[in-house]
Amino acid sequence: MATLEIHDLHVTVEADNATKEILKGVDLTVKQGETHAIMGPNGSGKSTLAYSLAGHPKYTITGGTVTLDGEDVLEMTVDERARAGLFLAMQYPVEVPGVSVSNFLRTSATAIRGEAPKLRTWVKEVKETMERLNMDPAFAERNVNEGFSGGEKKRHEILQLELLKPKIAILDETDSGLDVDALRTVSEGVNRVRETGEVGTLLITHYTRILRYIKPDFVHVFANGRIAESGGAELADKLEAEGYEAYTKGGASE
Amino acid sequence: MAEAQNLPVGSTTAGAVAVAAESTVATRMSAPPSFDVADFPVPHGREEEWRFTPLERLKGLHDGTAKADGVLKADITAPDGVTVEAAGRDDARVGRAGTPVDRVAAQAYSAFEKATVVSVPKEQVLTEPVRVTLHGEGGTTYGHTVFDVGAFAEAVIIIDHTGDAVRAANVDFLVGDGAKLTVVSVQDWDDTAVHVSQHNALLGRDASFKSVVVTFGGDVVRLHPRVQYAGPGGEAELFGLYFTDAGQHQEHRLLVDHNVPHCKSNVVYKGALQGDDAHAVWIGDVLIEAAAEGTDTYEMNRNLVLTDGARVDSVPNLEIETGEIVGAGHASATGRFDDEQLFYLMARGIPEKDARRLVVRGFFAELVQQIGVPDIEERLIAKIEEELEASV
Repeated sequence: MATLEIHDLHVTVEADNATKEILKGVDLTVKQGETHAIMGPNGSGKSTLAYSLAGHPKYTITGGTVTLDGEDVLEMTVDERARAGLFLAMQYPVEVPGVSVSNFLRTSATAIRGEAPKLRTWVKEVKETMERLNMDPAFAERNVNEGFSGGEKKRHEILQLELLKPKIAILDETDSGLDVDALRTVSEGVNRVRETGEVGTLLITHYTRILRYIKPDFVHVFANGRIAESGGAELADKLEAEGYEAYTKGGASE
Repeated sequence: MAEAQNLPVGSTTAGAVAVAAESTVATRMSAPPSFDVADFPVPHGREEEWRFTPLERLKGLHDGTAKADGVLKADITAPDGVTVEAAGRDDARVGRAGTPVDRVAAQAYSAFEKATVVSVPKEQVLTEPVRVTLHGEGGTTYGHTVFDVGAFAEAVIIIDHTGDAVRAANVDFLVGDGAKLTVVSVQDWDDTAVHVSQHNALLGRDASFKSVVVTFGGDVVRLHPRVQYAGPGGEAELFGLYFTDAGQHQEHRLLVDHNVPHCKSNVVYKGALQGDDAHAVWIGDVLIEAAAEGTDTYEMNRNLVLTDGARVDSVPNLEIETGEIVGAGHASATGRFDDEQLFYLMARGIPEKDARRLVVRGFFAELVQQIGVPDIEERLIAKIEEELEASV
């Protein structure tokens, strides 16, 4: 069973000619089949955790370990991490002019699967997955994320999640900027992947509303660069009622 | 994390639509067009038409010091019916398509020994391309070539430039009434070559002209593709593709002069740049003269900057003297293949090299498909791959 283990992770970022520590010792274990929600106020380091796991060059790991099934993730390049089974659905997917969605998806699937998918089954697979996400077939011929609306970008991220079938999926603020209908569609996509039981999900969010559609097994409150409290789904209800104030004022997180 | 955007980096994009009594295209030249090199002052580099060009790397083409001491091996494969002959300046076809607009073009006209005239008889439809290979074996040469395509004839001409050379030339295309001509000029020089050339196309009534300029090599390449119309109904498509590497200067200066009514023009130039001091310059001038009612024109330049240290200057310029036109537009954009795009593609399992290739192939694909000469299309894709392999 695939397991992502994060132990005492420290991460810094360079900003304004100064080094700032964002993650201050994160411990978290995500197993295949589990869904963990990471919730926290803005600036608490949630997205930094997501991008550090994916290997974004902006972040420097200064301490701790991350392993996927015992393999050292921090030693891997960005593409190696993806091929090892990590997937990051980004909050701000990047425009790639000149590269069509269909070409991108096929190149990506070929890299992840280690061989080019058979054309006929692949076309069908993409078409059906797009239909389930309420995506226009013409979408496949557009350039990656170019001129996409906020909702289209998120659908496109979840389309990749469904096609690439990672071991560990990190969803960074996938709910941000979505209206109710889009949120439901996107959540259904995530749930289809979860229902296979083959993915461990790390759901990063500021708001509880996506948890109405995607039920977490564990909820972690993120504050000041580390996990301040962990619990079951009921912890989300508490946050909904009381907000993050108890954690940001230095109480429970210290 | 900030949303990544395609910002122009190390580049300038300036555009103008002038509706003026006085043409800036004409006034910004140092001297009116002339066949005599003495009519042009030696440029010092601050003139509008020379300000982007590194004069010190022109090996004396611009100041009269470059003596014709070189060897350029020319080989012309002409299908049946096509004639190839030598001609002097007194031949009416030589220089008819256009007049040199700068000192180097005038120098080439003043210095060539014999012009080469390649003629396709009227109504002849060629099934094989005319192939011209020019291989430099060092030193300076001056040349003048005329391609005379008769009325209602159809031809594809492929001109290949390879080797090491200091070359200044004028290339004329006389496209007869109703004729169809596609010209592909490939600059695949050694990285030591200097090449300055003016291409003059004169389109007859209802003629079609497609120019495909492909520049990969050379230390300095400066080309001037120009189109004029001799009668209404002409259609010009000017396509260009360049891949500018470290230290290379590649400059394409286009002019379409809509001087008669009811003609069309479409200009699409795309370039990729990589490496320190890679410098691409694109100047796109389109004139719509008062007489040119019913004109339909569009010009576009796109640049993809793959690494730091490269520079693009892109200047589209459209001048309109009549409002009675079908359409006129221009666009210029310089984007950067940046770390965020690379991260996004790699985060989907795509190795860095493949990510770069994916972006560059995608960037050029649409343009390559419009060339319409299959063996050239394949060769270009292979060449683009080769450039990418050699990179960084």
